[in-house]
Amino acid sequence: MHILGKLSLDAIPFDNPIIMGAGSFMGLIVIAVLGSLFYFKKWTWLWTEWLTTVDHKKIGIMYIVAAFIMLLRGYTDAIMMRTQQIMSVGANHGYLPPEHYDQIFSAHGVIMIFFMAMPFMFGLFNLVIPLQIGARDVAFPFVNALSFWLFAVGALLINLSLVVGDFAGTGWLAYPPLSETAYSPGVGVDYYIWSLQISGLGSLLSGINFFVTILKMRCPGMTLMRMPVFTWSVFTSSILVIIAFPILTVTLALLLFDRYFGMHFFTADMGGNAMMYVNMIWAWGHPEVYILVLPAFGIFSEVVSTFSQKKLFGYTTMVWALAAITILSFIVWLHHFFTMGAGADVNAFFGIATMIISIPTGVKIFNWLFTMYRGRIIFSSPILWTLGFLITFSIGGMTGVLLSVPAADFQLHNSLFLIAHFHNTIIGGVVFGYLAGLTYWFPKVFGFKLNERLGKCAFWCWMIGFYVAFVPLYILGFMGMTRRLYHYEESTGWHPYLVVAGIGALIILIGVCFQILQLLVSIKNRNKPEYRDLTGDPWNARTLEWTTASPAPFYNFAFVPHVHSLDAFWEEKQEKLKKPNEHQEKLAYEDIHMPKNTCLPIIIAAFAFIFGFAFIWDITWLIFVGFIGMLVTVLVRSFDYDIDYYVKASEVEKTEKLISDSRLRGY
Amino acid sequence: MIAHVHPAEHHHDTESTIVFGFWIYIMSDCILFATLFAAFAVLHTHTFGGPGPKELFSMPVVLAETFILLTSSFTYGLALLAAFRKHQRQVIGFLIVTFILGLSFVTIEITEFTHLVLEGHSWKSSAFLSSFFTLVGTHGLHVSLGLIWMLGAIIQVKRHGLTHMTQRKLTALSLFWHFLDIVWIFVFTIVYLMGMI
Repeated sequence: MHILGKLSLDAIPFDNPIIMGAGSFMGLIVIAVLGSLFYFKKWTWLWTEWLTTVDHKKIGIMYIVAAFIMLLRGYTDAIMMRTQQIMSVGANHGYLPPEHYDQIFSAHGVIMIFFMAMPFMFGLFNLVIPLQIGARDVAFPFVNALSFWLFAVGALLINLSLVVGDFAGTGWLAYPPLSETAYSPGVGVDYYIWSLQISGLGSLLSGINFFVTILKMRCPGMTLMRMPVFTWSVFTSSILVIIAFPILTVTLALLLFDRYFGMHFFTADMGGNAMMYVNMIWAWGHPEVYILVLPAFGIFSEVVSTFSQKKLFGYTTMVWALAAITILSFIVWLHHFFTMGAGADVNAFFGIATMIISIPTGVKIFNWLFTMYRGRIIFSSPILWTLGFLITFSIGGMTGVLLSVPAADFQLHNSLFLIAHFHNTIIGGVVFGYLAGLTYWFPKVFGFKLNERLGKCAFWCWMIGFYVAFVPLYILGFMGMTRRLYHYEESTGWHPYLVVAGIGALIILIGVCFQILQLLVSIKNRNKPEYRDLTGDPWNARTLEWTTASPAPFYNFAFVPHVHSLDAFWEEKQEKLKKPNEHQEKLAYEDIHMPKNTCLPIIIAAFAFIFGFAFIWDITWLIFVGFIGMLVTVLVRSFDYDIDYYVKASEVEKTEKLISDSRLRGY
Repeated sequence: MIAHVHPAEHHHDTESTIVFGFWIYIMSDCILFATLFAAFAVLHTHTFGGPGPKELFSMPVVLAETFILLTSSFTYGLALLAAFRKHQRQVIGFLIVTFILGLSFVTIEITEFTHLVLEGHSWKSSAFLSSFFTLVGTHGLHVSLGLIWMLGAIIQVKRHGLTHMTQRKLTALSLFWHFLDIVWIFVFTIVYLMGMI
């Protein structure tokens, strides 16, 4: 066998101008970044401040930067699909060859869920959770850094597949038998398996980390029912991660064994059962959509309450609704394939379970509405995202209930109606939610606010663009157009609707441009008083993260807070209004226990990359290098007892003085 | 309302946090095995005309494996008890006994697997055998990684004595080891006993 396995120069598609163009564009960006690191002599800075950091705030920033880069990539895939479907009618077959088009729709789904939504979500967890529960870090800072780097390796692999080899052309869940070696002999499905397997391990570790952080690291006085709703939503989402992701790991592993070792779990012959794969992947996949959307619900709860300047309506029912959704999300998976032929009784059970899950969600919608009712609403961009969400998500929820009727689903299954439905909930729920959260917590992370005007422009483009892009898809679904279609005839009458959908995608693109512009303008003006946040509390908010400076010092809190109620910070501000002259007891600073930076997570991830890459290209010796490398690095960590240190009280005092000085100076 | 506590009053017990986190990891591993069991349950009759459990497995060998693994759990328990009493030599002694028992378990399993493959019943033969090798092999892989970990633990106890850190590591490994024992009970019952009825 060749020393490089299946890998050779033929793996790079030099004859495909689109891929080569995209590849060289990415290459140019990488060269520009590397070049500027040399030019500005920033390598040490990058290594000590970012690559080896265990600070949850920095890890959060890295997650979100990565998520935005992947959003642009996933969005490019979307616009390519829209263009292809507009062009490929009648005699014209569009500009993409079919096998490339297949890879694009697969990559679009995989990227948007695993490499945009998931890192965006874990980024927000990292930025907010420790601050919101009054902790100095997550429970396992080392594991946190490892999670991020494993995710980064997954993202690297999926981007590499663009240039070296190809990606799966199987759709985003790679159903067998199509994804088996017999029908997908190339490396595409292997790239799929390994990018998800490695980043999925990172997600599982993050789930455990935040579950333990929330249960064990809350500041004194914060009982479970005094936790902010965002913390609750992260808690329930983490439970889902812990239960659902091992199922994904096994499912992908079994597919790998079929492909790599010639096993017969899902093959069409030798007794394999392809429908078992579909059941297993959705036993992970349905909880996954709730993993993504529950934190968004948490964000909306914080935003609605802060900008209505009112306490959240029905806190207890909010918490119980989250818990109910957590449990119900595990008994609805079969509604993704009513057409499997499980019989009327089974379909009826899952149909009804699906309808029931809309009840706790409805409870939450009403709670948000009642929070706004008679509140003094400040119409900032986070609340606009929330209003957009309430309308869009409700429509998406209702089309979901339509789909939950098995008899209707038999007609709508795999049609564009379904595509419109889940984009309705994922864009309207998850994306709007995370963007609201990012705008809301941005000043806490960077110390300055985002430009409001451009933020609102971005919102309106997203909102209008969304409806222009997806309402036609509902209609096309009723007209019988199935998903993932490469070419169709003029006589179907679909063409005009697809043109409208394409225009919608362009309106969203304008929204994305506004967001980039918003970021640039805000960075440029960051020291102006209307941007700079000197108080640490720019929105007059209610929870603990706003009690510390913006950006928070690396130890988060000089003194660990102690809370006595829900909305502890708000209550404190009310107390102060009543008794303005009360003298605050001055405490002496003490040493703070912190974890040391470490280079081991990125090294483990580097070996994980080698391991995955070697498996994809069948390079046996390199598989061993990757595996032994990971094992040895983990052992090195286990033998290292020098992993933490104390920040001296004098240093804490100095940092706190710098913060209060800059408050006095005004910048 | 927020008051600020004196940091000294606010202990977070990192040892217990780590052990708790490890428990949660074990629970996720439990789901991993549950999924493999589910796959086995679906496929165990899919022999594709080939031999089933009755023809393939030998009860005495499996029973020997079971007793060896159960005994290793017991000796690990003794090691942990010795650790609480701070008897370092005893701890290392019992860990070595556990290690040898674990190694014998893995060796017997590999021998059984080799035997099956040489007789022409490999994981490629049928969906039933794919799921058998994957389920039992995943357990064996866990035991093997546990053995490497145990070597590390022995060295660390020898080097640092029975400190907070090493005791906590022993506790985590004991959770892992007993968990694998429990999983094996299910493998023994579902794969072997129920298969051979």
